[in-house]
Order: sequence, then structure tokens, then C-alpha cells
Amino acid sequence: MPGQRFGPAWFPGLIAAGLGTCGMFLIVAGVRQGAPWLALPDWMSRRRPSLGVAGVLGGLVFYILAADTLGFHITGIVLLASWMRILGSSWRVAAIVAVLATVAIHLSFYKVLRIPLPWGLLEQYAF
Amino acid sequence: MLFEALALVFDPYVLWVILASAAFGLFVGAVPGLTATMATALLVPVTFFMEPVPAIASIVTATAMAIFAGDIPSCLLRMPGTPASAAYTDEAYAMTKKGQGELALGAGLVFSVIGGLFGTAVLIVAAPALAEVALKFSSFEYFWLVTLGLLCAVFIAFANPLKGIVSLLLGLLVASVGLDNPAGFPRFTFGNAELAGGLTLIPIMIGMFAVSEIIRSVSRIDEPWEMAQAQIGNVFRGMWTLTKRYRMPVLRGSALGTAIGVLPGAGADIAAWMSYAVSKKFSKEPEKFGTGHVEGIIEAGASNNSALAGAWVPALVFGIPGDSITAIVIGVLYIKGLNPGPSIFMTNAVAIYAIFMVFILANLLMLPLGIAAIKSAKQLLRAPRELLMPVILLFCVVGSFAINNSIFGVVLVLVFGVVAYLMEENGFPVAPAILGMVLGAMLEEHFIRAMIRADGNFIAFFERPIAAALGVLALAVVSVPLVRRFFAPRAEISR
Repeated sequence: MPGQRFGPAWFPGLIAAGLGTCGMFLIVAGVRQGAPWLALPDWMSRRRPSLGVAGVLGGLVFYILAADTLGFHITGIVLLASWMRILGSSWRVAAIVAVLATVAIHLSFYKVLRIPLPWGLLEQYAF
Repeated sequence: MLFEALALVFDPYVLWVILASAAFGLFVGAVPGLTATMATALLVPVTFFMEPVPAIASIVTATAMAIFAGDIPSCLLRMPGTPASAAYTDEAYAMTKKGQGELALGAGLVFSVIGGLFGTAVLIVAAPALAEVALKFSSFEYFWLVTLGLLCAVFIAFANPLKGIVSLLLGLLVASVGLDNPAGFPRFTFGNAELAGGLTLIPIMIGMFAVSEIIRSVSRIDEPWEMAQAQIGNVFRGMWTLTKRYRMPVLRGSALGTAIGVLPGAGADIAAWMSYAVSKKFSKEPEKFGTGHVEGIIEAGASNNSALAGAWVPALVFGIPGDSITAIVIGVLYIKGLNPGPSIFMTNAVAIYAIFMVFILANLLMLPLGIAAIKSAKQLLRAPRELLMPVILLFCVVGSFAINNSIFGVVLVLVFGVVAYLMEENGFPVAPAILGMVLGAMLEEHFIRAMIRADGNFIAFFERPIAAALGVLALAVVSVPLVRRFFAPRAEISR
């Protein structure tokens, strides 16, 4: 910014310089040790863990995209049941716990703490 | 004033909150993969709607309980319940294998209480005294203090300072997003209204401490938990003998733990590692360490609980967090109108005394509740992870949404959860990043203000005596490890 010796760009500039320098050092150190460019963790080759992590990340993206339209309750139950199933629970237990947990969160957050969780499709049945 | 504070604490609602938080903390601590910091991050959305004293009380109680309860699965599963127990997990498990499970659990409990009370005593005495001095601080002193804190976080605790610096700088970068800078100029906002307000720290913390742990737990979901010992007898047997025999280690562990807690960036987990190492070094029978010897558990167990209280000293007096837990707490303090700083001991004296009392109460409550937790360890450790992790994850989602009632909070949770997971898996410590985020605004503000007052003359940063001392100390923190590295024999570096 003109007219200011220590304007808003000063501090981010310092950070950038620092990150650049450290990055170079890290690259040099990595090349010296002959480290591979990309090393995958061993759980990726195992079925349940890799599905589980993919489910966690995909589920969060799904919530971000769908919560407003589908509403918290539908999204919550669907997500919980699928996560539990992927992690190894039976469909029956997963469905029951998913409904119970969603109701519990509804009661504590929506009713007691008054968080405006979205109703989405269920708007007309809101209570 | 003391009576007003007593009335605040011994209110039925507050006591109820303390009990519920204690149960929550014991559970979170006892289940491997759920940490004390995670407990704090998950509590924040709930405490949002409480009065200041119960809100802080719930965090103090839950974290104290969690750090102790982390010892339980160490003994029984050979898995630390929280990172703070990792230093002596093998030792505790070896004791259980030898049939001394009760002794290990009892030592974990009793010396956690003693360490916690020691740290609390230091907090009660040191914080107000430090505040007296801090009242005279100007931007120069604050700049150096924040710098010192950030540098400690990078250089004291971690094997690889370079990765620590990167972590710190990423934290500072996150802190510089938005309009909230001395010039009031929008930075890194890309025309986005959510970014203009700056990144809200609480969803970020929930992501970094809770979601990243969930990812880690899920990636290990197919590794079974096996209990080493099902029946647990009287854990108090022999504790008095141990207390008399290991007076010095208890005292040393508590003192070192408190000191590590006070240092920014290093908390209970590092305190435990250091104390375990110190204990071995000064022990009369170091050869017994690792074979199921109680001495290291005593010293490190006292150390991690005392660190918890120590971390509140800089948090209350300067608004500089002593560990990751207080990094979250500082945000809560601001929300509750208990702005940290030296004047908090005058403007909010009653609330502060009430918080001190909660510390004492929580540590005393640990004895009966800890016994209950140990007795029910079998049930606690059978908690089905495949059901638990999804529920906690949905709780994170709702909690992060609740802070601003905005879905952007969930985006932050996802992004920072993944970032923190990747960082930790690749040896980048997360604590410096958190510290950078919390202190970034403060660092920049004091730096710019001091620079303007000094008219760009950097020498002015060393002209006031305390500022000069702090500055020299900061430079020493950086240069000592570098110098040592330079002069050390080659073999020692590679080790």
C-alpha cells in the first residue's frame, strides 16, 4: 500500500519468504536422503481402513453439499448408518444407532442449544 | 471475594456440569484415539451457551480427567489413551504383564492427582504475580514475548525444527486471512465474504484435533484391541510406600511438568516424555526401566497432569497458550468476555478465583471418579469403535456448524482435518501451527505498532530493559540448538 512503510502486505511477505526458504531446505534434505517422491501408508492396501477413510472424507463432502437440501436429519441418519456399516457394524445395529444418535443430537443441539440445524425436505414437519 | 467465588463454583448447576464433564473426560481419555485436546474441541460448541465459570470448569475438569484416564488403556491394552501417556505405555503394560496392573493404575491415578495439585498451586501463585509485572508491558515487550513463545514451540520440543517452522508459518498464514489486520485491508479473501471475516479458529481446531484423529483411528480400524488383565483389585495398596520412597521423582516430575506447561507450544505429552527421560537418568536403578518399573510412571504421570495447569499461566496472563488445550481455551475466554491479559486478575477477579477453585476440585474429584473409571475399564474399553467414531464425526460436523451457524464451518473441519492428518503422518508437529493461528494477529499488531513507534528503527526493540532481555532470550532459543548442532560430532546428529 502506498504511503505506509509497514502495510498489510508486509507480514504475509515475511511468511512467504520463510515458507519458501524452509521448503527449499526440505527438498534438499529429501533428495539427499533419497526419499521417494510419494510414499503411500500401508493401510491403503487394506480394505476396511481404506474404505473407511474414503467414507469419512466422502461423507463430509456429501454433508456439505446435501445438508441444506436434504436437511440435517436425513443426511445425518444416512451418513451415520453408512459410516457404521463401512466400519464393520451390521445393517440393523447401524440403522438403530444412527437414528438414536441423530435424535440425540437433534434434542441437544436443536432443542437445548437452539442451533438452527437445516430441516431441508422435512421443512413442513419441523417441530 | 473468596466467598463470591465459592458461591460461583458450589452452585448446583456448576457442580452438575463438573460431574458430567468429568465422566466425559474419563471416557474420552480412556478410549485410545480420543484425546484431551479433542475433548476440549468437542466441548466448545456445548460451552458456547453456558455462563463463563461453568464453561471453563467443564474444560478444566474434562482435560484433567482425560490425561489421567489415558493411563488406563496404557496398562491394559498397551495403547496410550491420550498422547500424554505414550511416554510410559510400554512400561505400564510391562507391569501389567508381571501382574502389577493394580500398582501401575494406582500410581497413574495418585500421582496424577499430586501433579495436578502441584501445577494448580503454581498457577495460583505465579499467574497473579506475573500479571503485576506484565501490567507495565508495551508493544515491544509483547512482540518479544509472542516471538519467544512461537520459537519455544518450534525449537524446544521437536526433533526437526525445520518442520516445526513450516508448521508455524502455515499457522501464521491462516491467521493473516481476512480483514482483521492493523491496516484493515482484506487479505487472501478472493472476494469471498466467509474469508473476509477471517477463518474461525474453533472449526479449525475441531478439524485438526478431532477429525484428524478420527481419520487415524479409522485407518487402524482392523487392528483389534486385546485386554491384558480383566480383573482389577485394590489400586491404592502400596501407594503410601511409593509416595515416601519416590518423593524426589514426584517433586521433580511435577516441577518439570509445570515448567513445560508454562512454555508455549509444549504440553502434557512432551512433559511426560521429558520427565520419563529425566527419571531414568537420575534413577538409582535405571536398568529396571522398560521392564515394568514404577518409578518412571510416577514421575511422568505427575508431570503430564501438572503441565495441564502450568499451561494456563501464560494463557491467562498474556493470552499466549501454553499448550494446544489452552490454545482453544483462549478463544473460549474471549467469547465469554474474560479477555486474557494482566488486568484479568483485577477486572474479573471473582471468575478467576472460581476457575482456580475448579482446578483444585477437579483434581480432588479425580480420586473417587478415577477409581470408578478403573473399575469399569472393561466396559469402557469395549466401546465399539465402528459406532463411536461415526457419532463423534457427526458431532464434529454439528459442532463446527454451530459456531457461526454456517456450513463453511464444516468445510473448515474437513480441510483442516485432512491437513493435520497429513502433517502428523509426515512428521510435521501440529502444535506450532495452532500457536501461529492463535498468536498471528497479536504478533503482527504488536510488531507493526512497535515498528511505527520506533519509526522503522529495529534497535528500539532492544532499548527497554525487559524487552531487551526477552529479545536476547528469543535469539538464544534459536541459536543454541543451531550452535549445538554445528559443534556436535556427526554421529550424534544422525542419532
